[in-house]
Amino acid sequence: MLAKRIIPCLDVDRGRVVKGIRFVSLVDAGDPIEQAKRYDAEGADELTFLDITASSDKREIVAALVRRVADEVFIPFTVGGGLRSLEDIRAVLRSGADKVSLNTAAIEEPELISKGAEVFGSQCMVVSIDARRRNPSDAGEGWSVFTYGGRKPIGLDVVEWAIETERLGAGEILLTSMDCDGTRNGYDLELTRAVSSAVRIPVIASGGAGNLNHFYQALTEGGASAVLAASLFHSGEYEIADVKNYLRARGVVVR
Amino acid sequence: MARVGIIDYGVGNLRSVEKAFAAVGCDAVVSADENVLLTVERLVLPGVGAFGACMRALTERGFDRLITERVAHGTPLLGVCVGMQMLFEESEEFGRTLGLGLLRGRVKRFSDDLVVPQVGWNQIRQRLTHPLFDGIADGAFFYFVHSYYCEPADSSVVLGETDYSVAYASVVAHENISGVQFHPEKSQAAGLRLLANFARAD
Repeated sequence: MLAKRIIPCLDVDRGRVVKGIRFVSLVDAGDPIEQAKRYDAEGADELTFLDITASSDKREIVAALVRRVADEVFIPFTVGGGLRSLEDIRAVLRSGADKVSLNTAAIEEPELISKGAEVFGSQCMVVSIDARRRNPSDAGEGWSVFTYGGRKPIGLDVVEWAIETERLGAGEILLTSMDCDGTRNGYDLELTRAVSSAVRIPVIASGGAGNLNHFYQALTEGGASAVLAASLFHSGEYEIADVKNYLRARGVVVR
Repeated sequence: MARVGIIDYGVGNLRSVEKAFAAVGCDAVVSADENVLLTVERLVLPGVGAFGACMRALTERGFDRLITERVAHGTPLLGVCVGMQMLFEESEEFGRTLGLGLLRGRVKRFSDDLVVPQVGWNQIRQRLTHPLFDGIADGAFFYFVHSYYCEPADSSVVLGETDYSVAYASVVAHENISGVQFHPEKSQAAGLRLLANFARAD
């Protein structure tokens, strides 16, 4: 059976982890390789690096990081954050990343998804969608797509955009609820369900994990193929193994 | 230990495959140089993306003939992901595309009722004992990313099966030709062990 995936997310800036697990045992908690290896040892199924480097030599800095990770960690990993062109995507994949995630660039230039899928294959094209409820208390009114940073809606419906990204050749959707992100009150299950039932590519739920049951809900009620979390692991409150043991005990197939 | 040549035909990221062999102490080289590929003792045929694009890129460089000739002379070959699919006669991706035809059978798309591509960790049920499986537990998880799967005409080549609504051939071998549908270079300890087994087997 295909296992549900647990994916920790690390924020990196200029090759250093700025939001990741505070492993007290690590010599250098800011080193992405040490963190990646630790997650790997704990049973993470994949890793996601969100690169927030704002610098003219960003491409070289990111490529150097990706090479180091690829040389030492033998599980799949995705790199996202500010990738805007085929050349940006190529640089990351050639350095050893398995997938890229596109957000703002995919909205501004949807052909980037189809071109990327054509050149590199759908399997490495993850489209990241930031969603916010039109009416916080009524999921029935749907969700709007926000660009990264989430300052303004851009007139796109989340479910329609998800269907469009699949048509363009996206291999997976990373779906973040901006209403739930950081709240620790659980994933937006209605959002996750609405998207996972509208597309046939895998949906990774993100935003809102606060306890072990939240993961279970997103993977069952929400219909997600995978769950991503940052702050819950960041705080050291739970380890990947805790999540997996909980899910396994409730009949969810995990590795 | 045998030197492994990873065939570079311009498709995909081969760095991870090379590093995975290195991590288990195997001498592997990524190369597009015919002279290198003609002298290594084992060949790995990687592949990602579309079957047709991979076959075109392979034949444009004449590597289809190189592979066929070396295999005929007994060189061990391991196809990975689309590299495994290309070992077969044809794929139904975009109509009908011919493969290398080293193994009989074809490549089919997963049913439309499923989440496709299959992305993630799934298990291998070992149908036969084989050196590729040395030290790997029956039912071990490996990392898969694919929308199509191989359907060998001769079931005796099926070493391992995986369930994704259908039970399909995820590991095949016939004499010196072998293939795995998953990515061993991304499958942690079990994947590294399989690569080491390929590099070391007699």
